[in-house]
Amino acid sequence: MANKSKNLSIVGRGLTNFESIMWIFTRLSALAMYAFILFAIIGALVMGARTNMNMADVLRWGFMPNVTHVQSTALEDTGPFASPFWKLVASGLLLIAVGHGVHGLVVIADDYITSERGRGIVRIFSIIMILSMIFIGLYILWTS
Amino acid sequence: MGLKRNVSLGTGLKYQGGGPMLVFVLHRIGGLGMAIFVTIHLLASFMSARGIEGGAFLNSIYENWAFQVFIFFCALFHAINGLRITILDLWPRLIPYQREAIWIEWAVFLPIYAIAVFIIVRAGLGG
Repeated sequence: MANKSKNLSIVGRGLTNFESIMWIFTRLSALAMYAFILFAIIGALVMGARTNMNMADVLRWGFMPNVTHVQSTALEDTGPFASPFWKLVASGLLLIAVGHGVHGLVVIADDYITSERGRGIVRIFSIIMILSMIFIGLYILWTS
Repeated sequence: MGLKRNVSLGTGLKYQGGGPMLVFVLHRIGGLGMAIFVTIHLLASFMSARGIEGGAFLNSIYENWAFQVFIFFCALFHAINGLRITILDLWPRLIPYQREAIWIEWAVFLPIYAIAVFIIVRAGLGG
């Protein structure tokens, strides 16, 4: 019955190892990123984007709500966009996006690098990449 | 113990997987494109913040209209295809309808992307 495994519920598939946990993390983090981006876009509209920003600027802010992304707009006061609240929102989005993205790179690499040693090296690189991107990202967000 | 495969790259490229294979490949290209962009953009912004030369030049590449056409494809396609994957995986009873879901996906993606490309290119060429 080829169809049987396709129709198992999430619980029925079992979340027993790192790979299956990351499988569900990838799906849920995608949903979280849609929520973050929608939240940032609504926030921008509340803070004056409707009359002072074009669609591209709003999307640029939505993809990463950092104040430097609205500095070239017609906004008279970018103060609300630089509040600690938006830095926290941006930090949350950064953490989720880095986790989702770097794990995606590992999944792609695993399809082409099949030796255990090679995969081990990829995992070490991925951990270094996650930590350095989180550090650099948080530094930029909280100093800009 | 590594996996043993008897499929060459040439054979792989000739694989005719149809619509689902196309979106699988485009999802990977989009994800890789965004990962490379975000990594370099973060490094460039870090360099600019620290007063290191070269950061502003790297970020100026991303303001070019040709690059924006590429990266918007990556982001929009990855987001819409990712939403399809998430919906089908979280509600597996829908998986038999994945080809129909892919047609809906293209119907959503193409008009949005076409309008965006028109606006980006028009602005890029000074119109």
